Amino acid sequence: MGGTDAKDILGLPKTPLSLTQEKKSRPQKESHRKPDGISREVYALTGGVAPLMPSIDVTHLKRPPPHDEKVAWQWLPVKSSARKDDLQLYHWVRVVNDVPPTGDYSFAKYNKSVDVLKYTDDEYENHLTDPVSVWTKEETDQLFELCERFDLRFTVIADRFPLSRTVEELKDRYYSVTRALLRARAQSPAELANHPLIKEPYDMTRDRERKRALSMVLSQSRHQEKKDAEILAEAKRITEMRLAARRAAEPDVPANENIGSVSPSSNSQLPATAVAPSTLTMADYASTLASLRMLHVYLRTYGLEQMVQAASSAVGLRTIKRVEQTLQDLGVNLKPKVPTKTVCDEHLELRKEILTLLNLQKQYKESEGSSHREGTYAAMPDTPKDRVFASEPFSFGAERPIKKEPKRKGPGRRSDTPSPAHKRPRKLKASDL
Amino acid sequence: MTKSDEKKKLKDIEISVPLVYGNIAYWLGKKASEYQSHKWTVYVRGATNEDISVVIKKVVFQLHSSFNNPTRVIEEPPFEVSESGWGEFEIAITLHFHSDVCDKPLSLYHHLKLYPEDESGPLTMKKPVVVEHYDEIVFPDPCESFLARVQNHPALTFPRLPSGYNLPAPMQVDDNGKKKRGDTKDHSLGQWFTSFSEADELLQLAAARQQVQAHIAKLRRQISLLEGQNQTIKTGSDP
Repeated sequence: MGGTDAKDILGLPKTPLSLTQEKKSRPQKESHRKPDGISREVYALTGGVAPLMPSIDVTHLKRPPPHDEKVAWQWLPVKSSARKDDLQLYHWVRVVNDVPPTGDYSFAKYNKSVDVLKYTDDEYENHLTDPVSVWTKEETDQLFELCERFDLRFTVIADRFPLSRTVEELKDRYYSVTRALLRARAQSPAELANHPLIKEPYDMTRDRERKRALSMVLSQSRHQEKKDAEILAEAKRITEMRLAARRAAEPDVPANENIGSVSPSSNSQLPATAVAPSTLTMADYASTLASLRMLHVYLRTYGLEQMVQAASSAVGLRTIKRVEQTLQDLGVNLKPKVPTKTVCDEHLELRKEILTLLNLQKQYKESEGSSHREGTYAAMPDTPKDRVFASEPFSFGAERPIKKEPKRKGPGRRSDTPSPAHKRPRKLKASDL
Repeated sequence: MTKSDEKKKLKDIEISVPLVYGNIAYWLGKKASEYQSHKWTVYVRGATNEDISVVIKKVVFQLHSSFNNPTRVIEEPPFEVSESGWGEFEIAITLHFHSDVCDKPLSLYHHLKLYPEDESGPLTMKKPVVVEHYDEIVFPDPCESFLARVQNHPALTFPRLPSGYNLPAPMQVDDNGKKKRGDTKDHSLGQWFTSFSEADELLQLAAARQQVQAHIAKLRRQISLLEGQNQTIKTGSDP
């Protein structure tokens, strides 16, 4: 392969040693490559075992030319329809049985060009004069000539254009002239309707914006990329919270969709990610209330759910579970059975208070832990397993006679049924000192 | 704001309509066949059995697709659908409001219950299975004309208006006969209706809050005590 051929070309003598080496290595390779139709790599992938079925039909492979054909190569003149001039070129041609190939040069079909419209002077005066009078006729002529020469490659055209104009300006002029020309020449407006230039006209400002955005993305530093990712995650979180409101959203909702890479640094609308959890929760409540208002109508149970979610958004799953456990221990329904406004407000307040309690417990443990390290023993032993209310059913203060309403006979669902353990008031067992 | 200027909205005023929705199902006993074992009624009513058609224009009950015309539109109170069948499935109840109330409909979902909780007990034809849920529709920003129309209506909780605020007199005259028809006080199934009272739940919540608050106070004391102790340790004096 490579070694001997190179030496051959260079005219160097081949050392016998290397020759035998080459010869030895080659048969080895040949045996590996032996299986017809699969490349060496694939063969190795399949574990070096021949496939049970031939994967490629052998006839699809390169065949040696049939023996009855006589193939010769001749240096012949070439004619191509792509060439408009008289230049006579020659090249090697594969001649079979003394019959040179007929037909056009095989690559002539690739000689495509753009149909740049040509206008007459009349047409120019009638339809194409630039209303803003920036473009003169000469300039337009030059532009069109360049367009044809360079197949609408506007960057090249911009480079060659004698006056300095931006690519977008050139594009704009070319497309608007062509559009006007098409409209003027068309027999009926209908046949133009599907022409791409009419359907989607070129907009210079949009093009500029698009290019600017692209360049901004390209030029973003890694630091900015990270910041963008963070902000997008935050925005996603906020939009998910406001998902219901979005369907009925009024236009004055701060448009979080603008947080594209177009202006990464101007996102002052979003709260900074470093806001303390408590203030974030207040913002959550306010935004949840706002989004509920925007629905114009909602069920109170739904409203409560949203507010509970807002309260839980700043805390982890474990804390949420602990809140729910505490509610159960206290004998409170996780979802109120009679969700009136007062009940829902009270429920929400209770949840907030439980969160405060859990935070305090954590704080207490931490400060207790540190005081342990100091060598003293804290005044209180830990409450077992953080379930402050676990082993004690609570007293409700007074006996609770459940007043049955008159005419209630049915087995309808009761709003709440006290369990027997709640009937006797018992003292709290949590460590009292 | 999408509504026109003449319908001004007030801030922080909400109108709520307490509702009860659910179903009552009777076992047909001897007359039960394989496909028609129960006779049931799914409904939406005012929680105090008052007439909710003051707010609700129509209710659309979406039944299981195996029913004929599974989309039942009820445009007059009582807003209910009675059918016979054997299966339990989810029913989508969509409430459509009058145009001055709200343009958007609101959906509730109710799982039809035919069989009693206690599976081992015998089915009886006398007592139906009743499942009801309480909820409230909240209109957070009602427009003036709506407020004017419904003031003093027993079906809903009317907010306290800011002092000095005068509502225009209601334009429609309430038709007494219609009002009577719309409330479910004399409903044939009324004996089975649950009466939901917030008092019990409020009591429960108040007691719970008291406990939690007591614990919070205690923990705060303990924490400040500990911190005091830590301070004295650090300064080296005996506690």
